[in-house]
Amino acid sequence: MASLPASPARPAIAARVPLAGGVAVLYLSVIVLLPLAAVTAKAFEGGIGEFWEQVTQPQAVAALKLTLGISLVVTLINVVMGTIIAWVLVRDDFRGKRLVNTLIDLPFALPTIVAGLTLLALYGSRSPIGIDVAYTRIGVAMALLFVTLPFVVRAVQPTLQEVDRDMEEAAASLGASPWTTFRRVVLPNLRPAIVAGGSLAFARALGEFGSVVLISGNLPYKTEVASVFIFGQIENDNVHGAAAVSVVLLLAAVVLLAAAGRLARR
Amino acid sequence: MAIEATDITKHFGDFKALDGVSVNVPNGSLTALLGPSGSGKSTLLRVIAGLEEPDGGTVRFGGRDVTHVSAQNRGVGFVFQHYAAFKHMTVRDNIAFGLKIRKQPKDKIKARVDELLGLVHLTGWADRYPAQLSGGQRQRMALARALAVEPEVLLLDEPFGALDTRVREELREWLRRLHEEVHVTTIFVTHDQQEAMEVAEQIVVVNDGRIEQAGSPADVYEKPATPFVMEFVGPVTRVGERVVRPHDLDIVQDAEPGALEAMVQRVVYLGFEVRVELVPTDGPPVSVQLTRTEADALELAEGDIVWVRDGRVPARA
Amino acid sequence: MKGLRFAALGYLAAILVAPVGLIFYRTFERGIGAAWESVTTPEAQHAFWLTLVMVVIAVPLNTVFGVATAMLLERREFRGKAVLNSIIDLPFAISPVVVGLALILVYGRTGWFGDWFAENGIRIIFSTPGMVLATIFVCLPFVVREVQPVLREIGTEQEEAARTLGATPAQTFWRITLPAIRWGVGYGVVLSTARALGEFGAVAVVSGRISGVTETATLRVQERFEAFDPVGAYSASVVLALMGMAVLLFMNLLERRRRRMAA
Repeated sequence: MASLPASPARPAIAARVPLAGGVAVLYLSVIVLLPLAAVTAKAFEGGIGEFWEQVTQPQAVAALKLTLGISLVVTLINVVMGTIIAWVLVRDDFRGKRLVNTLIDLPFALPTIVAGLTLLALYGSRSPIGIDVAYTRIGVAMALLFVTLPFVVRAVQPTLQEVDRDMEEAAASLGASPWTTFRRVVLPNLRPAIVAGGSLAFARALGEFGSVVLISGNLPYKTEVASVFIFGQIENDNVHGAAAVSVVLLLAAVVLLAAAGRLARR
Repeated sequence: MAIEATDITKHFGDFKALDGVSVNVPNGSLTALLGPSGSGKSTLLRVIAGLEEPDGGTVRFGGRDVTHVSAQNRGVGFVFQHYAAFKHMTVRDNIAFGLKIRKQPKDKIKARVDELLGLVHLTGWADRYPAQLSGGQRQRMALARALAVEPEVLLLDEPFGALDTRVREELREWLRRLHEEVHVTTIFVTHDQQEAMEVAEQIVVVNDGRIEQAGSPADVYEKPATPFVMEFVGPVTRVGERVVRPHDLDIVQDAEPGALEAMVQRVVYLGFEVRVELVPTDGPPVSVQLTRTEADALELAEGDIVWVRDGRVPARA
Repeated sequence: MKGLRFAALGYLAAILVAPVGLIFYRTFERGIGAAWESVTTPEAQHAFWLTLVMVVIAVPLNTVFGVATAMLLERREFRGKAVLNSIIDLPFAISPVVVGLALILVYGRTGWFGDWFAENGIRIIFSTPGMVLATIFVCLPFVVREVQPVLREIGTEQEEAARTLGATPAQTFWRITLPAIRWGVGYGVVLSTARALGEFGAVAVVSGRISGVTETATLRVQERFEAFDPVGAYSASVVLALMGMAVLLFMNLLERRRRRMAA
C-alpha cells in the first residue's frame, strides 16, 4: 500500500474530543473512579498508621495470605490446563468439539453464587461421589478453578490459531520431536497470551466472592478469603478495616491489569 | 475544475511526508502522481481530497481556497485502493449513497444509479453485495459511487494495486476511455511507471516528499530532470560514467571510436525484444535492448566479443 | 493428541459439567411440583423481577457508553488515552465486595454524597438505585471491549469514503459505522446481560438483602440456602443457570449467523 509509516487513522479536521466522548469520560469517572477514590480515601482517613494497623491485624493477614496462596496455585493449574484445553480446541478435531468450545464460557454465563452452590453439591457433604471438601481450602481452590478456567483458554486460543504452522513443520524437518517443537517453537510465541490470560485469572481469583462464600464456610484463619473478610468487616461496621484490605486488593488488581495489558500489546 | 496545490508541507510526528510541494492540475486533465512507496504521493492526494490537513500551504479548486474545507464539502470523488465498499449495502445502495445523503428524490436516484451501472458494466449486479463481486467489479462500483454525485474532481489512490495483472490492464484502458467520455479533472496515484505512462496526460514524479518533475509522459521519459526520474520512469544501464536507456544503445561487430568493447554474457528473449547482457573489458556490466530483427541480424552467441555504441549518435563513417 | 484430549475433556467434565448437571438433578429430586412452587412464591417472583430491572437499566446504559467510548478510543487521538484504556478494565479485576463498599462510601448515609441524597429524600444504598449502580459498574467493560477490536479491524476507509460523498459525521456514524460494528455490539450486549444477571457480591453488600424488597435472584439463592431450603436454592439456581445457558446459546447463534453472512 502506498501509505506512509506512523500514519494514524485520524479524521482530517483537528481531533477535538467531541461531546459524546466527554460524556463517556464523565460517565466512566462517576461510575468507576469516584467510588474507588472513596475507598482509598476511607482507608487512609485515620492516617497511614491506622491503615497499617488494620492491614496487619492477624485475621486480615491470614485472609490475605490465604487468598494469595490459593489464587497463585489455582492460576498455575489453570495456566497449564487452560493451555492444554486451548491446544485441543484448536488443533484436535472430534465430534462435539463445538459444544465443548461453548461450554468453556459457562463460568462466564453462570452467576457466581450458582457456581458456588453447584460445587458445594458436588464436592460437599452430600456429594454423590463421596468427595467432601466443604469448609476446606481445597474446596475454595475448586471454586476458583471453576471461575478462572475461561481466562487462559480464551487468551491462548486466538493466538494459537494465528501461529504459523510452517515454523513447526520446519522444526520437524530439522529433526525436532513434537515436545521439543512445542517447547522451543510454539510456547515462546504463546507466552504473552498465557501470561496475559494468567494475570486476568489471578486478578479474578484474588477478588472472587460469590462462588467461594458457600463452599468455604468462611472459617477465619482457615478458609476465609480476603473478599469474605472484607464483607465481614462491613457487616461489623469496621469500615476502616474493610477499606484498608480493599486497597490492598485494588493495588494488586491494578498491577495485574497493567501487566496483562502490556503483555497483550506486545 | 483546475487544481492548484502550493507549497504543501505535512508531518506525521517527526516524519516529514511532504516538503513544500506544489502541483498544478489543468481543468479536465488526467494526471498521475508517480513515485515509490513512502514518497508522499498518497499523502498529497489525501491533502487535495481534504482527508488530511496540511501543516502549511494552500489548495485551490478553480481559484477557490479550499485548504480548510472538510472532505465532506469539497465535492471530490475518491476511490480507495481497497475499494472501501459499504459491505452491508447492495451495489445499488452503495452507488446511491451520495445521492441519498443529499435527499434527492427516489426516481431521480434510481435513474442515475441505472445510468452509472450501465457506464461501469454492472447492470444486473445491482442487488448483489460487494462480497459477491470480484475485485475488478468492486472497484468499478467504487468508481460509479464516486461519480454519482457529479464531483468536479476525481481522485484515485492506487486504484488498481489490489487487482490481478489482466484485470489491471483492462481497468487502465477503461479509465482512460471513461475520462474521454466524462472529462472530469482526474488525479491518480501509482507506483507503476508503466501504468502512469499508459494512462496519464501529465505525470508528476514524487520522491521523498518532493516533486522531481512534472510533464507529459514523453517529457518525463526522454528528458528526465533528475537521475531519480531517469531511473524510476524507465530502464537504465550504465556505460562508463553515463546513465543511458538500454534501447538507445547499439551493438556492432567491428571496433569503432567511442564504442565500448564487451563480451556477450547472456542473450535473453523477451518476446518481441531481446536483451543482451554484456561484460565490458573495463567497467560494470551493461544491458542493451534490441528488436528481434536487429538481434537476429547480429547472430549473437555467448562469449562473442562485440562493441557497444550510443545509438543516438550518428555513426561515423 | 489422544492423551491430551482425554486430559482436557476429563478436566472439563469434573470442573464444569458435573457440578452443573448435579444442580438440575438436585432441583427435581423432590419432584417438579416442589421445584415449581419454590420458584413462584411472591418473594421469588419479586427477586426475578428485580434482577430483570437491573438488566433492563444497566445494559442499555452501558451499551451507549460502550459504543461512544470505543469510538473515542479507536477514532480519536488525545492525551491520556492509555490511561482511559486501562481504567476501563478495572471492573474486570476488582472484587465485587470492594465495589459494594466503594458505592456505600459515596452514596451511603455517611458517604461523600450521603447528605445531599438524604436531604432530597433519595435512597441509594439498601435500595434499587444502589443495586443498579453496582450492576452498571461490573458490566461496564463488556461492550467497549467487544466493539473496539471490530472498529480497529474495519478501518477508517469506509468512513472516509462516506465523508467524501458528502455525509456529515453523524450520518457517517449511523449509516456506515454502526451497521459495520453491529456484531461487536451484539456480543457485548449478550455478555453484559449475562454478567448483570449473575452479579452477586457487589449487590449483596449494597442491598441490605431485604427479602421481597431488595433481594435479586442471585441473593435469593444464598438466602434460601442459609434458610435450610435446598430446593428453593437449587430451583432458583436452575432458573439462573437456564438464563445463563440461553445467553450462551444466543452467543452461539449470533456467531453462526455472522459467519454465514460473511461467507
